[in-house]
Amino acid sequence: MADVPIKVGIVVFPGSNCELDCKRAFGNLGAEPIMLWHRDTDLQGVDIVVLPGGFAHGDYLRTGALARFSPIMTAVQEFAAAGGFVIGICNGFQILCEAGMLPGALRKNAGLKFLCKWVELRVDNSATAFTSHATEGDVLRIPINHFEGNWYADEATLSSMKANDQIVLRYVDNPNGSLDDVAGVVNEDGNVFGMMPHPERATEALLGSEDGAVILGSLLDRVRENRTALV
Amino acid sequence: MNYTAEVKVMLKDGIADPQGQTIERALPALGYTGVTGVRVGKQIHLSVEADSSEDAARRVSEMCEKLLANTVIESFQVEIDG
Repeated sequence: MADVPIKVGIVVFPGSNCELDCKRAFGNLGAEPIMLWHRDTDLQGVDIVVLPGGFAHGDYLRTGALARFSPIMTAVQEFAAAGGFVIGICNGFQILCEAGMLPGALRKNAGLKFLCKWVELRVDNSATAFTSHATEGDVLRIPINHFEGNWYADEATLSSMKANDQIVLRYVDNPNGSLDDVAGVVNEDGNVFGMMPHPERATEALLGSEDGAVILGSLLDRVRENRTALV
Repeated sequence: MNYTAEVKVMLKDGIADPQGQTIERALPALGYTGVTGVRVGKQIHLSVEADSSEDAARRVSEMCEKLLANTVIESFQVEIDG
């Protein structure tokens, strides 16, 4: 069982544009990427679901607002409710917030500019399935590419998230006005994670950084560990 | 019967509105001083079939909760005409 490649389901919405980067990144890390169409209702037995970046359904009303109603999202919600690992990157993070699978919402960047640049992220919780390869306080260099990355949650939500250690990644130098410098958060159960920066674009030295592999590799290892535990 | 609905979606009070702030900063340059509290929102017009105006208001409010607004950051108002 441990030798069977980990199946990573990458959900493609009309308007997604980072699915091939995710496919390559997970493939390079030894996983078996499986492309899932947003109209699918069957997740094909994948171990991990990825909601990639892009502009799902054009993001016309609000980012992620329409994507959460795609047929596959019912299956993704059931998968997550059963403890399955879900990672949303950029637009995927926005979709998870709109779907209520992660707390908060993503507003327009404080400076009203589309931001496409490298940023530094501090790992503030290295005990999650998504950050176990890091040590608390580590700084990861990963690019952002968004207009709506300004995360917000009301005070009560933020304080309960802090108490539960759900703020996983923070910007070292906040680029977009995000509340409490939040760059990535996890749900209460620790199996659904969203981040605005793009780890899949930083998994090869040629691309300028391999720090994204810390996130994706942590997740793959967690699935491997879970399998070993089951044997 | 057909009812016309006007939906106003605004960022909730207390949530920073960078669009409103930009406009507020721009107005003095045109000579309009003393302008404060600029907020930018969305207005959505729609026509909806319903049994009564109460029914129309209920249906449109439901649409707001589910899709037209993100109630984590936005508030909405529904007005039914006819």
